[in-house]
Amino acid sequence: MAEALALKGLSMRFQGLQALENFGLLVSEGEIVSLIGPNGAGKTTVFNCATGHYTPTGGDVLFFGRRLNGMPPHTITRLGLVRTFQNIRLFGSMSALENVMAGRHCRSRAGVFSSMLALPSAVSEERAIREKARSLLEFVGLSERERAKAMDLPYGGQRRLEIARALAAEPRVLCLDEPAAGMNPSETGGLMELISKVRSLGITVFLIEHHMRLVMGISDRVVVLDHGVKIAEGKPQEIQHDRKVIEAYLGQEAPVA
Amino acid sequence: MARRLAAFSKNGRFAAPASALFFGLLALPFMGLLGAFVVSATVLLFRWAALYGLLERRPRMPDFLARARGHVSKLPPAVKGTAPMALLSILVALAFVLDPYTLDVATTAGIYALLALGLNIVVGMAGLLVLGFAAFYGVGAYTYAILNTHYGLGFWTCLPIGGALAALFGLLLGLPTLRLRGDYLAIVTLGFGEITRITLNNWDSVTNGPNGILGVAPPSVFGFSFDHPRHYFLLALALVSLSVFLLKRLDKSRVGRAWVAMREDETAAEAMGIPTLRLKLLAFSMAAFWGGVAGVFFAGKQLFVSPESFNFLESVMVLCMVVLGGMGSVPGAVLGAVLLSFLPEVLRGVDQYRLLAFGLAMVLMMRYRPSGIWPEAHRALEAKEARNG
Repeated sequence: MAEALALKGLSMRFQGLQALENFGLLVSEGEIVSLIGPNGAGKTTVFNCATGHYTPTGGDVLFFGRRLNGMPPHTITRLGLVRTFQNIRLFGSMSALENVMAGRHCRSRAGVFSSMLALPSAVSEERAIREKARSLLEFVGLSERERAKAMDLPYGGQRRLEIARALAAEPRVLCLDEPAAGMNPSETGGLMELISKVRSLGITVFLIEHHMRLVMGISDRVVVLDHGVKIAEGKPQEIQHDRKVIEAYLGQEAPVA
Repeated sequence: MARRLAAFSKNGRFAAPASALFFGLLALPFMGLLGAFVVSATVLLFRWAALYGLLERRPRMPDFLARARGHVSKLPPAVKGTAPMALLSILVALAFVLDPYTLDVATTAGIYALLALGLNIVVGMAGLLVLGFAAFYGVGAYTYAILNTHYGLGFWTCLPIGGALAALFGLLLGLPTLRLRGDYLAIVTLGFGEITRITLNNWDSVTNGPNGILGVAPPSVFGFSFDHPRHYFLLALALVSLSVFLLKRLDKSRVGRAWVAMREDETAAEAMGIPTLRLKLLAFSMAAFWGGVAGVFFAGKQLFVSPESFNFLESVMVLCMVVLGGMGSVPGAVLGAVLLSFLPEVLRGVDQYRLLAFGLAMVLMMRYRPSGIWPEAHRALEAKEARNG
């Protein structure tokens, strides 16, 4: 299987704070890999470095063998590495449909003049964008709400919309940053199904999540991060019994005096 | 109610009569004793009404407007499709009915509409606060004035040249400010506007300094020179209609959507594959282009340009038009421009108090309809759906 995303010796330093230290990770094509760890462990920093929002202070980000360091986020997205955000970042005043249509930007080309003159190429492209966006809303189960303003959708709906918008950019690897945060159990169940459906489209999923049932339920592999350092990696069952992981989450057992 | 009464006796009992007295004193020298009394009483009543919460049921005016728009959107497509043409025909007909003075004001409104349409691209759609927009207006006007008086170039040649040169200036302003957001951008653009005006004022050899440039030729069509306000009005009508037509398409296009996305959340837009830096430059130069075109028209209408016409107040006025009409809305920009161009004429009676009344109108507007008279389509749509359940 091809190596979709490879992080090699990744380090990120913010002045005095070493957020990430010599972090390595391989995600193969078609896998679902989860990154877990206590709050502040540096999970989102991994995403920010991989997708160009931060320039890592050390190490390399390789995407299908191509070095991404220093590229702006929009170029990385166009190459097929697309992310969502931990704190939902939709285009609030735009409708659900328009949000997904905006996600098609990097897969379309109509410019100012062809749009203003309504050239046939621009018109047909616009129609294709709309159709694709509609089908993606249906895919995530939001067809009914296509005209609703994004910020008026219920929380779970906003999360789904963000995934639809990311899918519009045709990712090869989709990075989801805590998609289940704030969801109730039934919404989380639906999300699990959705992520499996995304994988069945042939899209590799790189997931940050706190919700253990979700992580253990769908991941092929789990990587555990604590204080910017990888402390464990393996299949979900292995991780659940890893002593270091349990310590990181629950604290060390008091030595028997 | 009890709580409101308590608040009333605590804060309002003296504040309301005090402000009534204040406005009354302001009005006294201009409106006489009776006028001042009427002003005081109005202010007092208004303040008390506010204290009692009588003004809290606020959707009265918006409701009326939204309902009107609701009716419009329910019209059959055939009627909707012909409505713009009908409106245009009426306006063309009006050109032969109205007196020259009104036509002149309407032409000025047209120039402001072009400016507002331009500024709306960068402020309304792309969400970049530009406070020096008059600079592009000035670049356009001086381009025509100089090219015409020195090189004898005609109006129609200069219209695209002025626009293009202004667009180039937009690019020049855009480049160093790409990474600035919000207030910082506003301050830099304000500085840019002032620099342009001061340059026009001092570069004597080219711009003739504060004396300005006289003797600019009016536009002409087939050897027939413009000499009546009607001609200018018709030209303004044509330019504004064409701009609205083009910009509405742009607004609904891939680029317009990317601008709005960038305005809503720059980081998310970038993450969704939208090249935000390039789109900002595009917004600056497109906006400047319209500013430049408006400037060429202005020079062709006034036949005289001087730095005075492109001061900070002009920039603010155009910004007010965009905000009043509804940020990001193409028809809103035109509506705002028309309203604010005619308002001073309507208020001419109160003379010195025009600016005060103008400010009051803006404050009331922001209080009762903060998203503008004609908000962007998706916002209006949402308001309608919310009401219907």
